[in-house]
Amino acid sequence: MSVTAPVEQETGTTAAAERIVNDFSIQIATVNGSGSQTANLVLLRSIFQMGIPVSGKNMFPSNIAGLPTWYTVRASSKGYIARKKEIDVLVAMNAETAKEDVLTLTPGAAVVYDEPLKLNELRKDLIFYPVPFDKLISPVTHDAKLRRLVRNMIYDGVLSRLLSIDMGQMERALRKQMGKKLKAIELNMNALKAGFDYADTSLPKRDPFVVEPMEGQTENMILIEGNAAAAIGCMMAGVTFVGWYPITPSSSLCESLIDYLKKYRKDPETGKATYAVIQAEDEIAALGMVIGAGWMGARAMTSTAGPGLSLMAEFTGLGYYAEVPAVIFDVQRAGPSTGLPTRTGQQDILSTAVLSHGDTKHPMLLPASATECYTMAMEAFDLAERLQTPVFVMSDLDLGMNTWMSKPFDYPTKGYDRGKRLDADKLKAVGEFARYRDVDGDGIPYRTVPGDGMPPFFTRGSGHNEKALYSERADDYTSNLDRLTKKFETARTLVPKPEVQMSGRGGIGIIAYGTSHWALIETRDQLKNEQKIDTSYFRLRAFPFTKELFDFIDAHDRVYVVDQNRDGQMWSLIKLECNPQQVAKLRSIRHYYGLPIDGRSLTTELLKQEQG
Amino acid sequence: MSTVTTPPPSGKKLNYIGLESTAYRGAKTTLCAGCGHNAITERIIDAFFELGIEPTDVIKLSGIGCSSKSPAYFLNAAHGFNSVHGRMPSLATGAVVANRKMIAIGVSGDGDTGAIGIGQFVHLMRRNLPIVYIIEDNGCYGLTKGQFSPTADLGSTLKTGVINELPPIDTCALAIELGASFVARSFSGDPKQLRAILKAAISHRGTSMIDVLSPCVTFNDHEGSTKSYAYVKDHDEPLSEVGFVPYFEDITVEYDPGTTTAVTLHNGSRIVLTKLAEDYHPTDRGKALQMLHETARRGEYATGILYVEPNKQDFVDMLGLVDEPLASLDQSRTRPGKAALDEIVESFR
Repeated sequence: MSVTAPVEQETGTTAAAERIVNDFSIQIATVNGSGSQTANLVLLRSIFQMGIPVSGKNMFPSNIAGLPTWYTVRASSKGYIARKKEIDVLVAMNAETAKEDVLTLTPGAAVVYDEPLKLNELRKDLIFYPVPFDKLISPVTHDAKLRRLVRNMIYDGVLSRLLSIDMGQMERALRKQMGKKLKAIELNMNALKAGFDYADTSLPKRDPFVVEPMEGQTENMILIEGNAAAAIGCMMAGVTFVGWYPITPSSSLCESLIDYLKKYRKDPETGKATYAVIQAEDEIAALGMVIGAGWMGARAMTSTAGPGLSLMAEFTGLGYYAEVPAVIFDVQRAGPSTGLPTRTGQQDILSTAVLSHGDTKHPMLLPASATECYTMAMEAFDLAERLQTPVFVMSDLDLGMNTWMSKPFDYPTKGYDRGKRLDADKLKAVGEFARYRDVDGDGIPYRTVPGDGMPPFFTRGSGHNEKALYSERADDYTSNLDRLTKKFETARTLVPKPEVQMSGRGGIGIIAYGTSHWALIETRDQLKNEQKIDTSYFRLRAFPFTKELFDFIDAHDRVYVVDQNRDGQMWSLIKLECNPQQVAKLRSIRHYYGLPIDGRSLTTELLKQEQG
Repeated sequence: MSTVTTPPPSGKKLNYIGLESTAYRGAKTTLCAGCGHNAITERIIDAFFELGIEPTDVIKLSGIGCSSKSPAYFLNAAHGFNSVHGRMPSLATGAVVANRKMIAIGVSGDGDTGAIGIGQFVHLMRRNLPIVYIIEDNGCYGLTKGQFSPTADLGSTLKTGVINELPPIDTCALAIELGASFVARSFSGDPKQLRAILKAAISHRGTSMIDVLSPCVTFNDHEGSTKSYAYVKDHDEPLSEVGFVPYFEDITVEYDPGTTTAVTLHNGSRIVLTKLAEDYHPTDRGKALQMLHETARRGEYATGILYVEPNKQDFVDMLGLVDEPLASLDQSRTRPGKAALDEIVESFR
């Protein structure tokens, strides 16, 4: 298929006689807008309900209807939920891409396809299952429009039979998906059964892939997209102001948030809103509103993607220098420019770390999971107010828009940290209010907000002294900038700590962040099981880097930094803070073709560098 | 219109809430001597003083430029924010929505509004955010030494003799068109009119947009400029006498309905507009626009309250917010309970 990198033809694919249980990936190739989402989610959910860890990844075009879309369901008894490089079962519904989709499969893969496409003529080393979709759908309904909508359920039925996915679970998943639409459930069930019956009578099983019920891995788990998780986190963080501008892949974050706020954040007595959401005229205005609201004392946020972040650069600098809290979610996508707006990447790391002109640097939180989208949302609001500065949460399209298995979210035990707000007692203690004076030696000054009854000050993005008065004096300027540096050092002690697994015995260390984590788990197992190589792992969770990062580098001979971008942005950022001995140890692994990183490619690249 | 005051023992004039006018002053101006903006600053001080508004109830916002420096020169006791070029409207939107109790005054310039900030200006007007939005309009960029701005008139010249070949943006016509509910034009050299308009603007709930012609004495006060003192004075066409009666003054005004329009604002204050021009209809949007087009065609500046719609819903009301400022809601009001989280989590099973 054209969206992936060329697939290397791997040898030794399992013979049909073997059974491969709960360890395969299914790719469904359809046309955007053809209503395949229901069928795909039912497939994902039914396998999940049988107890098998799953992940669902949508590879979609920047288009509403008509262009090719691929959805990948991975089932893995070992709990691997990163993208799997190889496709084991292809469902070819799109005439336009079918040929290329088939040609890039590894030998031994199974292909369920729309019979008239005659894909079986393309290759001899695949297992083909032709399905006459049009013929099967015609008895289900006479309505042409409905036929188109439920046609995709047929492949779910076929897969249910071929892969032994419990039809009862399919029905349960369908009911969950459709809610109370009884007529729609009936139609879909009929299509599902038509597919199942056809496979039962006409498609003898010839591939090795089967689903068997499991226990212990998915019980009590939920399936959720990172953007929805982030939205829940923002609501629980007590967000009161949201300024946003629609942009893929971040829109669903604010849209979910709007839904939750409407439901859970109306005053119970008056029915009035304890929040405001404003769809701004652009991202400049979105962050401008957030800075205005944050300055006023509200918990304010926005969410965006790379192009929006570029527009927010100026206000970010103002927020940094005027010291105004703001929370900015960046759901990263592939750039530069409009780039591949519906593909994933970690391409804004370096530019966000120092976003805006002049000497600026910003805290970034690096969520790897839906749970962290939730928890880091709350941490971001606390940090933004504690540090009085814009804080970025660097998600990505893979995390934000794809479906992830997650533990249910815990109710927060920690109250809000509203940071250093001056009150009457503190004012008495300090004697005199100076907005930008470092009273406590941590670089963080005390702030007042309009309407709080405390002394006012004049906020400006131009040079100012401790008392917030306009100043172009060299000593005022440098002492202010140096205090901001001190504040950043304080941030180092407050940001989320890394997760470290020291098992590389001083040899290989790997640093990864964000969604690369899931591929990394697999890579480390592959290195250990296939190559007998033990590796240490450092999962970076925030910038500024904490002391543990440098200890980790010191403790290993060579350290690989995994980036989902072309230029090894995190690798570069780490190097900026390392001494020459540490720099010499750092190596870079980069993945940047727009699809989520996979474990196999990572393993291959690491081994190549080990040998080179 | 003067405020009811009781002379204090010291003999200093106190306002409705018992403050002296010095309580409304700011830092010393750093603008050029004779700058129109300084005169506007003085009128802002007068207006807030005469209205008896607590300075700590006000927020002052601006973008970048000479005009945008001026919030530092009035109401020292109010918080201020001198932000980034052309972006004061978004900053103001966030600030006003986050605390609906505060009275917002935004000061911008013709470049800050008409050029770099036109997008944000348009959307602010469209939202009818409660704010007094003042454009200190001198037709040029002062801080960067006198380049033309988008409000410079066709044929107006720079000091160097360069002629402006593009038509001006009429910010008042734009504001009326877009939905601002109070639109006025005035002249920094007409203190009486400007003071009355400012008091009415501050008392209005919704966007009060005032374009104040404010000559730049350093870069745009020469012959050939249509924003010079002399030119504006000659071409200023006041549409009416602007009278303002604050809500706390119990005054009955007798007027002739044929020549006078009285408008009652949301807080009970009244604007009394006595016609000087025939085609003056300040509560009719279409006629207001037509009048602006015609005076512009004649090369005149129609000044006064051009359009007012006192009962239009403002943006904050539209949002259906709780009465308390969003910014001061505490955790008990903003973090849903465990049952809510459990219900949400359950929906993902």
